[in-house]
Amino acid sequence: MATAEVSSNIKKLQVKRFKPAEDPKNTYLTDEKGLWAWLTTVDHKKIGLMYLGAVAFFFLLGGLLALALRTELWTPAKTFIEADTYNQIFTLHGAIMVFFVLVPSIPAALGNFILPMQVGAKDVAFPRLNLASFYIYVIGAIFTFIALFNNGLDTGWTFYTPYSTTTTTSVIWVTLGVFILGFSSILTGTNFITTIHKLRAPGITWSKLPLNIWALYATSIIQVLATPVLAITVLLLTMERFMGLGIFDPANGGDPVLFQHFFWFYSHPAVYIMIVPGFGIISEVITTFSKKHIFGYWAIALSSLAIAFIGFLVWGHHMFTSGQSAVATTVFSFLTFLVGIPTGIKILNWVATLYKGSIEMKTPMLYVFIFLFLFSIGGFTGIMLGSLSADIHLHDTYYVVAHFHYVMMGGTLMALLAGLHYWWPKMTGKMYSEVWGKISAVLVFIGFNLTFLPQFVMGAQGMPRRYYNYIDQFTPFHQTSTIGSYVLGLGLFITLFYLLHSLWRGKKAGSNPWNSRGLEWQATSPPDFHNFDHTPVVIHGPYDYHKPMEEFQLGLAVSHNGHGEETDVKESKVTTN
Amino acid sequence: MGRIFDFMLPELKSPATGATTDALIHFVNEVSLIFLVGITFALIYFAVKYRRRSEDDKTPVITHNNKLEITWSVIPLLLVMVVFGWGYKGWLNLNTVPDDAYEIQVTGFKWGWTFNYNTGAQIANEVHVPAGKPVKLVMKSQDVLHSFYVPEYRIKHDVLPNRYTFVWFQAEEAGESQVFCTEYCGTSHSNMLAKVIVHEPEDFETWLAKQGTGGGGTPVERGENLVQLQGCVTCHSQDGSDLIGPTFQGLWEREERLADGSTITVDENYIRESILDPSAKIVEGYQNQMASYEGRLTDEQISDIIEYIKTLN
Ligand code: HEM
Ligand SMILES: [Cu+2]
Repeated sequence: MATAEVSSNIKKLQVKRFKPAEDPKNTYLTDEKGLWAWLTTVDHKKIGLMYLGAVAFFFLLGGLLALALRTELWTPAKTFIEADTYNQIFTLHGAIMVFFVLVPSIPAALGNFILPMQVGAKDVAFPRLNLASFYIYVIGAIFTFIALFNNGLDTGWTFYTPYSTTTTTSVIWVTLGVFILGFSSILTGTNFITTIHKLRAPGITWSKLPLNIWALYATSIIQVLATPVLAITVLLLTMERFMGLGIFDPANGGDPVLFQHFFWFYSHPAVYIMIVPGFGIISEVITTFSKKHIFGYWAIALSSLAIAFIGFLVWGHHMFTSGQSAVATTVFSFLTFLVGIPTGIKILNWVATLYKGSIEMKTPMLYVFIFLFLFSIGGFTGIMLGSLSADIHLHDTYYVVAHFHYVMMGGTLMALLAGLHYWWPKMTGKMYSEVWGKISAVLVFIGFNLTFLPQFVMGAQGMPRRYYNYIDQFTPFHQTSTIGSYVLGLGLFITLFYLLHSLWRGKKAGSNPWNSRGLEWQATSPPDFHNFDHTPVVIHGPYDYHKPMEEFQLGLAVSHNGHGEETDVKESKVTTN
Repeated sequence: MGRIFDFMLPELKSPATGATTDALIHFVNEVSLIFLVGITFALIYFAVKYRRRSEDDKTPVITHNNKLEITWSVIPLLLVMVVFGWGYKGWLNLNTVPDDAYEIQVTGFKWGWTFNYNTGAQIANEVHVPAGKPVKLVMKSQDVLHSFYVPEYRIKHDVLPNRYTFVWFQAEEAGESQVFCTEYCGTSHSNMLAKVIVHEPEDFETWLAKQGTGGGGTPVERGENLVQLQGCVTCHSQDGSDLIGPTFQGLWEREERLADGSTITVDENYIRESILDPSAKIVEGYQNQMASYEGRLTDEQISDIIEYIKTLN
C-alpha cells in the first residue's frame, strides 16, 4: 500500500500529532520505585537493565581473569600462579565470557530494552516469561559460582571428553549451570519470535522492520533450535560422570569424538548467537550517524537469516584434526566458505551506506568503524582457518585464540559498545561525555590490536593455546600482548566510569539526541512505562533519512482512548504493504 | 622467496607435507591484506569526504544496486572456492603417505610421548628419524586426548585413546624440530614437549643399532627406563623437588602421612598399590590426580620399577 493511501487511512482515524515530551514527568524509571519493584518487574526495559548489570558484572570478572592470565604469561615459566590455577582461570575466563557475557549480552540486555520499542509494542509477548528467563540466568550463574569455590574447573570451556569425565574438578556444577542457562536463552528467543510476529505496531510491515529486529529474529531462531543440543550434551556428560554411561568415555566403550560433534553442533551456531545481533546494531548506528538510507536492506536482512541457517551446517570445521571422517572434513570445509559470503556482503553494504552520507563521528560511530576493521580481520582469518591444510597447521594455536578474539571481542563486544553508547541516552535520559567516550574508544582499539595481533604471528610460528609454560622464542610476543591487555583494560575501565558518572552528572538527553528516524527515538527518554503514550502508526521506513524529521512526528500516533480504535487501525489494513 | 608474510611462518623443514600449505597461507594473507586495506581506505576516505557539514545536510536515496551487489558476492565466492580447492589439495598431501614410509609407533600419555621402533627399541620424548625419507607415525593415547604437532613440518593430528591416527613427514636435512601437544590434557599440558631429531641416514642406522632391542639390561636399568617411558617422571621428580606427586628420591621406606591422617611406611605393596590403584591411599598435600596403570604394566615391570626406586635413597 502506498504511503499516501496509508496516510489517508490514518486521517480517517482519530490521529494525534505525536511529539514526545522533552522533559518527561513520568518514566519507567520513576513509575515504580524500590528494590522489590525492580526484582518483580515485568517491564522489558527494567529486565533489560538488570541483564545489562549482570552481564557487565560477568564481563568485569571475566576481564580480571584475562588480565591474570596475561600477567602469568609475562615470563615463560611460573610468573605468579601455579599451572593448575592457570588452567582453572582460562577455563572460567572462557566459560564466563562465552556463556554469561557474549550469548546473553546483546539479545537479553540491549535486545530486551530495544526490541519492543522498535516494533512499537508496549512490552514483549510474554512479560512474565521474560522475568523468569532472567532468574534462570541468575540460577545458572550461581551453579557456576559454586564450582568456582568448590574445586574450580580445569577442562577448558569446551569440556572435551575423556578429560572432562576424568578430572577431579567440579565439572558437574558448571555443566548443570550451563544447562540451566540454556533455558534462559531458549525462553528469550521464543519471546522475541512471538513479539516480532504478533506485536508489531500498525504500519510496520516486514519490509519496514528495522535491521536490528531482523538480526534479533535470526538470532532467536538459532537460540531456540541449537540450545537444546547443548543441554542434551552437558546432561549426557553429567550422567557419564555420575554413572559411567560410556557414551563418550573410551574406557567404557564410548567415543570422545562424538562429544565434539555434539558440543560444536551447539557451539558453532552459538558463535552466530553472539555475532548476528551485533550486525543489527551496526546497521542502526551506521544509518543514524551518516543520516542516510541503509544500502541493500534486503541483502542485509536476508543474509542474517542465511547465516543462521548455514551456521547449522559447519560445526565440523572445529574438528579437522580430530579424526572425523575424510568426507565429513571436506564437506564441512566447503560449507564453511559458504557462510563467509553473506557476512562479507554485509560488510560491503555497510561501507557502501557511508557513500555520500552525512557522517558524524560520535562515539557509537567510532565503535562501528572499529568493529568494521577488527571484524574484517576476524573474517579473513576465519577463511584461513576454514581451508583444510592451513587449519591443520593453525588449529589449537594462538592463531585461533587471536581469530576468535577478533570475531567475538572485535565483533560482538565492539558492536555491544556501539549499541550501548547509542541507546544509553534513550535508556537513561542522560548524555555521557563525548570526549571521554572517544578517548576510551581509541585506547580500546590500540590495546586490542596490541594484544591480539602478535598472537596471529605467534600462533603461525607454532605457539599452542592453553599453555602455562612456553618456549623462550615466544617471549617478546607474549609480553607485547600482555602490555596490550593492560591498555585495553584501561580503556574499558574508563568507559565504566564515564557511563556511571553520566547517571549523576550527565546532561539531559532529550527524546532524540541523534536525530534518528528509528521508532524507538520517537518516545521520550527515558521512555514512559508503556514506551509510547499512544500506539504509533508507522508510515515511513526506519531509514528514510531523505524525508524531513517532521514527517516522522506527524500522524504517527493513534489516540489511546479505548480498545476499539486500535483495532480499527488494524482492520483498516494499515499493516499490509 | 621474499613474500610479505614470510615473517609469520617458521622455517619449513618438510616441504613434502608443508609446501602447498605455505603457498596457501601466503595467498590468503595477501588477498586479505588487499581487501583489508581497501575497506579501511574506503572507511577513512568516506568519513573525511562525507563528514557532516551542517545539521540539515541532505543525503541521496540510494537503497540498493543489484549489479554492484551481485559483483561483490560473486568475486569473493570464486576466491573462496579457490581457497577451498587449494586447502583440499594440501590436505590430500597430508593424508597420502608414500608407500615406502618408515613407520614408528607413538603413544601419548599424561604428560609425554613414547616412540617404539620395529626393532623393539623404545625411547621417550625424542623421535629419531632419517633425513630425506618419508616417516609415518602411527599414534594412540593411553588416557585423554592429545595432539601431535610439529610446526616446522606443518603437521598436526589428534591422538585418541580408542583409535589409531597418523601423521607423516619427510625432513630434508639433519637437525632438530620441536613437537608440541596441542590438545589440552591437564596440569602439565604445556610441558608435554618432544623433539624430532633428524639424522643423516647412516647415522640413523648407527643410532638405531645402539638402542638394542629394548627391554634389556638389569632390573634397575629396565626400571629406570620404564619410569621415563611411562611418564612417571612428569609428576614424580627423582631429585627431591616437588612436582604434582611426591618425589621418588628417598621414597623407599619413607614414612608418608596420608590424607586421611594415618601414616604408612613405603614398601613393595604400597608402591604396587599406588601404581595400580592410585586413589586408594593419597599422600597428604597432594590431589587425587594419577590415573591407574592397571593393564599398562606387567608384574615384572612393576618389580623392575620398585628395584629402581630402591636405588634412589
Ligand atoms: C582484556 C581482554 C582479554 C584478554 C587479555 C584475554 C586473554 C585471553 C587468554 C590469555 C586466553 C587463554 C588463551 C589460551 O591459552 O588458550 C583467553 C582465552 C579465551 N578468551 Fe579471552 N581475553 C580477553 C577478553 C575476552 C573476551 C572479551 C572474551 C569474550 C567475550 C574472551 C573469550 C575467550 C575465550 C572463549 C577463550 C578460550 C578459553 C579456552 O581456551 O578455554 N576473552 N583469553
Ligand atoms: Cu597432551
